[in-house]
Amino acid sequence: MTSFMLSGTNASKISSHLTHLRHQMGAPAIGMVLTLVVVCDESNQYDATRAATDAAREHPSRILVVINRDPEEANRLDAELRIGESTPGEVVLLRLYGELTRHADSVVSPLLLPDTPVVAWWPGPCPEVPSKDPIGQLAQRRITDARADTDSVAAIVGRSRGYVAGDTDMAWTRLTPWRSLLAAAFDQPVGRVGGGLVEAAAGNASGPLLAAWLSRRVGVPIGVAESGGPGLTAVRLNTDEGEVSVTRTDARLATLRRPGQPDRHVALARRHTSELLAEELRRLDPDEIYAEALQQLAATG
Amino acid sequence: MTSPAQPEPSGPEAAAPDEAAGPTAATGADTSPTAAAGADTSPSAGTGADLYPAATRPSDEAAVVAAQAATAATTREALTANPLRDPRDKRLPRVAGPCVLVLFGVTGDLAKRKLLPAIYDLGNRGLLPPGFSLVGFARRDWAAQDFAQVTHDAIKENARTPFREEVWKQLREGIHFVPGEFHDDGAFDALAMALKEIDETRGTGGNYAFYLSVPPKFFPLVVQQLKRTGLANAPHGAWRRVVIEKPFGHDLASAQELNEITSAVFPESSVFRIDHYLGKETVQNIMALRFANNLFEPIWNRSYVDHVQITMAEDIGIGGRAGYYDGIGAARDVIQNHLLQLLALVGMEDPTSFDADALRREKEKVLKAVRLPQDLSLGTARGAYTAGWQGGEPVVGYLEEEGIPADSITETYAAIKLEIANRRWAGVPFYLRTGKRLGRRVTEVAVVFQRAPHLPFSKTDTEILGQNALVIRVQPDEGITVRFGSKVPGTAMEVRDVSMDFAYGESFMESSPEAYERLLLDVLIGDPPLFPHQREVELSWRILDPIEEFWATQGQPEGYPAGTWGPPSADAMMARDGRVWRRL
Ligand SMILES: NC(=O)c1ccc[n+]([C@@H]2O[C@H](COP(=O)([O-])OP(=O)(O)OC[C@H]3O[C@@H](n4cnc5c(N)ncnc54)[C@H](OP(=O)(O)O)[C@@H]3O)[C@@H](O)[C@H]2O)c1
Repeated sequence: MTSFMLSGTNASKISSHLTHLRHQMGAPAIGMVLTLVVVCDESNQYDATRAATDAAREHPSRILVVINRDPEEANRLDAELRIGESTPGEVVLLRLYGELTRHADSVVSPLLLPDTPVVAWWPGPCPEVPSKDPIGQLAQRRITDARADTDSVAAIVGRSRGYVAGDTDMAWTRLTPWRSLLAAAFDQPVGRVGGGLVEAAAGNASGPLLAAWLSRRVGVPIGVAESGGPGLTAVRLNTDEGEVSVTRTDARLATLRRPGQPDRHVALARRHTSELLAEELRRLDPDEIYAEALQQLAATG
Repeated sequence: MTSPAQPEPSGPEAAAPDEAAGPTAATGADTSPTAAAGADTSPSAGTGADLYPAATRPSDEAAVVAAQAATAATTREALTANPLRDPRDKRLPRVAGPCVLVLFGVTGDLAKRKLLPAIYDLGNRGLLPPGFSLVGFARRDWAAQDFAQVTHDAIKENARTPFREEVWKQLREGIHFVPGEFHDDGAFDALAMALKEIDETRGTGGNYAFYLSVPPKFFPLVVQQLKRTGLANAPHGAWRRVVIEKPFGHDLASAQELNEITSAVFPESSVFRIDHYLGKETVQNIMALRFANNLFEPIWNRSYVDHVQITMAEDIGIGGRAGYYDGIGAARDVIQNHLLQLLALVGMEDPTSFDADALRREKEKVLKAVRLPQDLSLGTARGAYTAGWQGGEPVVGYLEEEGIPADSITETYAAIKLEIANRRWAGVPFYLRTGKRLGRRVTEVAVVFQRAPHLPFSKTDTEILGQNALVIRVQPDEGITVRFGSKVPGTAMEVRDVSMDFAYGESFMESSPEAYERLLLDVLIGDPPLFPHQREVELSWRILDPIEEFWATQGQPEGYPAGTWGPPSADAMMARDGRVWRRL
């Protein structure tokens, strides 16, 4: 990993330093496929940068980490450039001071890779309407995380208000393995679903979202109940043939139960942020199923 | 070809070819309503129509089991009946229905290096169905836990994804073992019993895939046993599939013979022939490159292409495979399957869709149009490596390898020149070469373009300018290279070749599925486009047989020192056409 610090700099200097570093390492920019803009603060930048760098193994990216510092200080831009032998992409940590904190887009915009998608990710608190945010406006994919909110459930319920195609939330990404297992369970006919219940730890945003998706798909209300966690712990669906359930108490191995069939264990581990991010970067088109689940959640939640 | 091929949030039409070709992208491939409607050929068609069949049926167990299995039998039907699936839901992966994989030859090299690890990796990616069970069969006095240990070790050593206890636990629950020899009726009766029990304890619904990872001479025996025990016959609504590995015979006649054996027991649609090259990302990307772009197809023909070179070079010798290799040789081992499949993918017209029928039809058309050189002595070359230095180590020649007779006429290097007699390719030679103990390990397809019709430069300016080329690097260092002329910086106008590179890059593809993962998943789902049809196998032998017959009359092949790029006759073959092999 080669890194380089620039203090009191600007976008154009950063850009030429990146080119210079690349040449010095004898590695011309290899096919980077997107720019990932991470908007965070000093407290979560380390974890976020790490997750983004890991995800970049699957999706070589230029990663721009926007860290807002004290808006009371004098205007200044500091940058830390990292080009790794171990990572195919580039990482630029941008620290913004003073009034500049309100004009991050002016720094980010000239540093975007030309003619490739831009993804914005708020690992922490996010704007009310991400697509209206100056950084959000530069991106065609905007990733938020309701879990970072003090009231995660309210956050996910509120997402539909500002939703535009291209928005997504990690609370939804976390559900993919659950949804996948449930869908697999339904590949064998189970009869009509009469109702059901999702059980999750208190304050878990994914629980109500899963219930909303299920109820949208099967056309009956699905309740949400509190459990001891961790995270999601169970989905129980009452069908004509009896209860179909997926239960997971240790955050790793789940049990699938179906009437008239033996119990089966299925790995259903919680995933690292980097894996969630990699999943998000895989598809950059609007997620209509997510939009529908949000709608449902807003209507009933 | 996950993300780099589709950076723009493209519309559904634009994404379609990607989906059929790519592994991660494949999540949505089968879910389009048209595909579901058009491809519904299974015997259980119809169960998909009534949404909740079990509710309206007599509840006797057989009917329920059959109905469950029926929907599990094809994913496509399940999709229409399953309210949780939606073609727009691209996050949900394609997952097979509940089933059992029966693996013959679990102690073999292929099982340990590729198959068992691939099964684990599928599990780790959440792609194995709940209840998935793995049955090992071998002539070992083992209990299930011994086989589980072997599996565990193979996974630890060779899996591509990190070891996770919970995934192993899930897999471990479904591991069973049946000891026995292939001629032992009792062992197969025990296998049938075990499978029946697994259906009950694991809910696998009578869906079995039999993977014959054993020497081909045992295929007839095993297939017969499967027939005798009734395991080959799928009860209504369930499926039975058989997976066979190359070689698919050693000439046309033996390939047909082999096919008669399997087709007497399994219908063609249940036979999955593995050509693991077709499971490779880069090979599937040939289709994306050609048919998802507008940049290459206009020049992909005789008006612009000078010739095509398809190479598979290995740096290793025959290793311990003397028994298999001698009498087979490089052409049968590699050209008949891998290289002719690559030729078909590079040369074919665009298929109407990426479903198995359409794709195979186009490949067959190209293979049918292949023409051999008039004079085989001028249009082919063969060689056998002699002792030499390979990458800094002394190695023995082919004839000195253990188990190889001193008068062997088997070739370890083969090069052939083919033409494709159609409007697109008439007059464009396709040069295929493969060999062992060559300079290094590399597989690539190079499309070499004609020179510019007019060069408005002085002769000295372009002296070292070669021909433009587009190279698909299949392995290692997967990617695409475009070679073109560029001005050398300076005050003079000098033009020289430069390369533009698209690299999947080692780290980039780190988590991408291995070829066997993709192929195993396709077997369990019942998705055949990436498996060669018997017709393709036979067409390939029709191309190779005359060459083999000719070579058989030519005595021992020409020697080439290990670590070099083949015999002089191969270079002479190119020189006669005014061309050279790419230096790799
Ligand atoms: N290895 C590769 O990379 C590769 C590549 C392409 C195709 N293939 C094909 O894949 C298949 C398996 O290859 P492999 O390399 O794994 O072969 P292998 O290492 O020779 O293994 C063959 C397996 O068959 C079993 N077997 C042989 N004779 C038997 C008998 N009479 N009764 C019961 N079991 C018997 C062996 O069990 P024992 O341990 O008891 O002998 C072993 O498990 C072959 O069809 C081969 O052509 C392999």
